[in-house]
This record gives sequence, C-alpha cells and structure tokens, in this order.
Amino acid sequence: MRNQPHAEPAAETGGGTAPAPPLEDGRKFARSRWLKKLYSQRHLQIMALLGVIWMIIFNYIPMYGVIIAFKEFNIVKSIGEAPWVGLEHYKEFFANDDFTSVMRNTLGISLLKLFIGFPLPIIFALFLNEIRSFRYKRTIQTISYLPHFISWVILGGILMTWLADVGIINKILLSLNVIDQPITYLAEPKYFWGIVITSDIWKELGWSAIIYLAAIASISPEMYEAATIDGAGRFQKMWYITLPGIKATISILFILAVGGVLNSNFDQILVLRNTLNESASNVIDIFVYHTGLQNGRYSYAQAVSLFKSIIAIILLLIANRVTKKLNDTSLF
Amino acid sequence: MFKRKTKGEAIFDMFNNFGMLIVCFLTIYPIWYVLVNAFNDGQDAMRGGIYWWPRQFSLQNFEAVFQSSGIMTAMGITVAKTVIGVFVHVLFTAMVAYAFSRKGLIGGKLYIFLGTVTMFFGGGLIPTYLLIKDLNMLDSFLVYIIPAMFSFFDLIIFMTFFREIPDGLEEAAKIDGANDWSIFLRVVLPVSMPVIATIALFHGVYQWNDYFTGVIYINNTDLQPIQTYLYKVIAQSSSNQMMAQVPGGISKTVTSQSIKMATMVVTTLPIVFVYPFLQRYFVKGMMIGSIKG
Repeated sequence: MRNQPHAEPAAETGGGTAPAPPLEDGRKFARSRWLKKLYSQRHLQIMALLGVIWMIIFNYIPMYGVIIAFKEFNIVKSIGEAPWVGLEHYKEFFANDDFTSVMRNTLGISLLKLFIGFPLPIIFALFLNEIRSFRYKRTIQTISYLPHFISWVILGGILMTWLADVGIINKILLSLNVIDQPITYLAEPKYFWGIVITSDIWKELGWSAIIYLAAIASISPEMYEAATIDGAGRFQKMWYITLPGIKATISILFILAVGGVLNSNFDQILVLRNTLNESASNVIDIFVYHTGLQNGRYSYAQAVSLFKSIIAIILLLIANRVTKKLNDTSLF
Repeated sequence: MFKRKTKGEAIFDMFNNFGMLIVCFLTIYPIWYVLVNAFNDGQDAMRGGIYWWPRQFSLQNFEAVFQSSGIMTAMGITVAKTVIGVFVHVLFTAMVAYAFSRKGLIGGKLYIFLGTVTMFFGGGLIPTYLLIKDLNMLDSFLVYIIPAMFSFFDLIIFMTFFREIPDGLEEAAKIDGANDWSIFLRVVLPVSMPVIATIALFHGVYQWNDYFTGVIYINNTDLQPIQTYLYKVIAQSSSNQMMAQVPGGISKTVTSQSIKMATMVVTTLPIVFVYPFLQRYFVKGMMIGSIKG
C-alpha cells in the first residue's frame, strides 16, 4: 500500500495511499500532487505551524508594536487607534539632558566590556591549553565557569557585601594603607563602570573560554609537532599556530558580541544600580524600563529603545565588514 | 610525555600553573565567603572577620530560612516554574524543530526564514509588556512558562542533531504504521538525550535564575520566584521584610544579613550540584549552537 513503484518522488515523505491521478492536465496534476503531499505531512505541518503561531504572537506582534515609537500610545486605546506623532519623541529625547548621559553610559560600559571582556577569555583559553595535566586542567575549567550559573541577583548580593563600607575590600585596602577611610563604592558613580566590567568578566571568563578551548582542541597536533621540530617555543606556538587556528571562531564570536553588546547589561545593572550611582548607571535599557514601565510613558520609552536597536544594527554591520576585510570571515 | 623540558619551559609551566591557581582562587573565593558566613552565627558574624571558616558554627540561619513562609513560597514557585518550564520548553521546541528539520516539508524554508528574523530583530521591552498585558498574563503563573516555551536558537541546536539521526530509524517505524507524532515521541526523542540534556540545562538555568519576569509582570508576592524575592531584598535594601517573616523563636541570633547569606546559599546550591554532572553535554551543545548555527 505504500509508495507504488511508479509514484512521483515527491510523495515519498508521506503515506499517500490514493492511486496516482490521471495525467490529462499537467497543472491539475501538480496541484493535486502538492495537496497530496501536504496531506501526507499534515501531522508535521501541525507541529511546524504551532511553532510559527508562537513566533507570530510572541515575536512578530511585538515587532509590529514597535510603531508606538512614532505614535502617542495610551493604555486605554489599541495601538492602531493611537494618533501618529512622527519623530516627536526623538526630538524630545535628543533635546533632553538625559540623552548625553544615557548614551555615554550605554556606549561606555558596552565598549569597555567589549574591548576588555572579549580578549580575556581568549588569553585564558590559550594559557589553560598549555596546562599539561588533564585532571588539573579539567578542575580549573570546572571552577572557572561556576559563576556563569549563578544569577546576577546573588552576585549582586555578594558584591554589595564586599563593597560595603565595612566590607572586605575596604578592610584590605585600609590595612594596606592604600586608603585612609572606607569608601562606599556603589554610592560613587566614578567606580560604577569598573565594578560592572570587573564583575562581568569574573562571571563569564571561564564560560566564554569553553568555545575557544573546543576550537583549539580541533587543531591538528601535527602542526605543533612540526613547529617543535623547527624549534618553536611555547609562546611562538601559541602565536603562530593556536591563534591563527582559532581565528575563524574569534571572528564569528566577535561579530556576535558586537551585535549584542548594547543588550548585555540589563540584568546586571538593574541589580547594582541605585539612586546614588545613577549618573553612571543609567543606560538605555534602564532608562526604557523606568520611563516606560514605571512612569507609563510607553511611546517615549519605545522611541529610545528603537534608537538603541538601530545603533546595535549599525555596529553589527560595521563589525561584519571589518572582520570580512581582515580575514575573510563573516556572518553574512 | 617523556620529553625533556628546557629551563624556559619549566619556568613557563610554573608561572602558568601559578597564574591558573590565582584565577581559580579569585573565582571561587567570593562564593566560599558567602558559604562560611551563612554557616556562622548571625550576631557573631556582625563583628566581621570571618574569611576562611565559620567562627561559631550555626545552622540557625538555615532554620530561619526554612521556617519563613515567604521564602519557602518563593522557593516553591521557582521549583515549579523551573520544572514545568523546562518540560514545556524542551518538548515544544523539539517538536517544532523536528517538523522544521524534515526534508520536503512544504513551507519549510519560509518557516526557518521567519525564525531567523526573530534572532536579529525583536520588539523590545515595551511592546512585549503590552502584549503580555493584552494576553491577560500579568500576575499569572503562565507568564513564566508560555513566553519562554520556545526559542529559535535552541531550535537550531535541536535541528542540527535531528538531521544526523539515520533515516532508516524513522522509515522502520513508518513501516510499522507509526505516524509522525509517535515517531517524534517514541523514536526521535529517546535517541536525542544528549541534546535534550543540553537544552534542559540551559533553560533550567535560565528559569532558575530569572528574576526580571517576576519584577515586571508579577505584583502578587505569592507568585514571585525566589530570585525576584532576593532582588527586592538585596537591591532595594528592604532587609526588614526578611526579618519580619522569621518566626520569633530563633531571631535572637540571626540577623537580616545572615539570613540573606543563607537564602543565597539555598538558592544557588541546586545549580552548583547539578552542573558538574551535565558539563559534558553543554560543551557539545555550545559547539553546535555557536559554530555550526
């Protein structure tokens, strides 16, 4: 009863049981064949469409909702009913005092994270790879990515204990006579960026290194043997073999990191921010959360949020172009 | 491994090993610090100076945590949302991935295109909030499950795996009269345990650690997960709320700070215990997700 020998290959996917239709009309035939194929994969289509419906509701409807950035949206009306205001919200944002500080904080924290936080895992992976003992290496790795699994709420709690005026950091610095009175670090804007970047590196260093270690593991050992015979030292092998060997991985991850760089702060900063460090901690995402959800200015907040997305896309395109020029690797 | 090390190599190895030890210490010590303080008597810990080992060992902080109804309710919500969330997410995402991964699926290319777009563009916080509000999911347990039940990124990982399953396995099931649902449930899922473990771990960690959903969508404190509860205690410094919930009997020696430490330990422990057992899976999962995807 299953696929008859003369059946078209397209019918293979399903359990079509009807005999092949007459061949008078090619189009009609193709159409009925298509329908037959569709019917034969009806169960698969239901599975697929459930996913598509989910995406339409939870991804595409919010994308449509982005247009409230150009409207005066009010919670009692629907998005369609709200009147258009054009670029009104952007004019207000650019004229606002918040604009400079929010942009400075967003770009400052993001770029510092990128330029310090991106290379460190590579360096860590390079050196970890040089550890000879397998068990020691495995232990270090296991410990190094432990913090990745701990939430920012818990880490924020730890940081607040450590950085308090009676905290361990002050005790150490006081006893070493580096400072003469305790500092409340999280209350001082000038320390905020440093805290955010350091703690982010602490949390993600080991985890980010996994992918590089995996890439290093796939480099052929013969390359190293050949280099050893040529008299290369450890650093030379790292520089001339390992690093070029993982260049493609580095490029792809760099593009992805640049594309996501403006998003990477929210969970962390929401925990660590307070009214005292606001001038250094007010990034776009925090600003959107406060103006939009807490003060109910949905349209204005959405306009700012959309502005961020546009910068993110521009950064992504630049990074893609640069890595393509440099070493022929690109995402698209 | 019988190669003779040169002097330079030996020095390099020494510095490298030493450097790694320092990195490990810096990574683990802050966590250790919380642990020893959680096991120390609260009043005594106020004097400070507990760095390596509890000075006055005490389990009262944990007793207080387990007797506080607020903390336990929040813990229950977290366990429920993690267990149900992982189950629903893995099953649903795998199901869609299975359909998407079949050759000759009509509309398959369009479906995958629709999904790829979602990886680069999104509505952002405000439109998503308005959607959840319109769906009447504010202050509902469903808000933890349904908006998180699918992820296109995880779908790609599943799809990569499913495509490597030999076709013969499914054909055999088809000849035995199985339809696509039973092939998916009885043939494909059982042979996909490594990838299921990976996705379950990723999503489990997300569900367990997520505090933000509870902050924006939930007002009812009986529905907030433990991370949201801790966020309110830690970031908004309302530690008194924590003390208020502790039954009177043992509150002589515990302090809000020591209960905080104990709650942090209780909240983190399950993850710390689970992850060494699952690490061989997630390295593989990360490779599939990041390189081939």
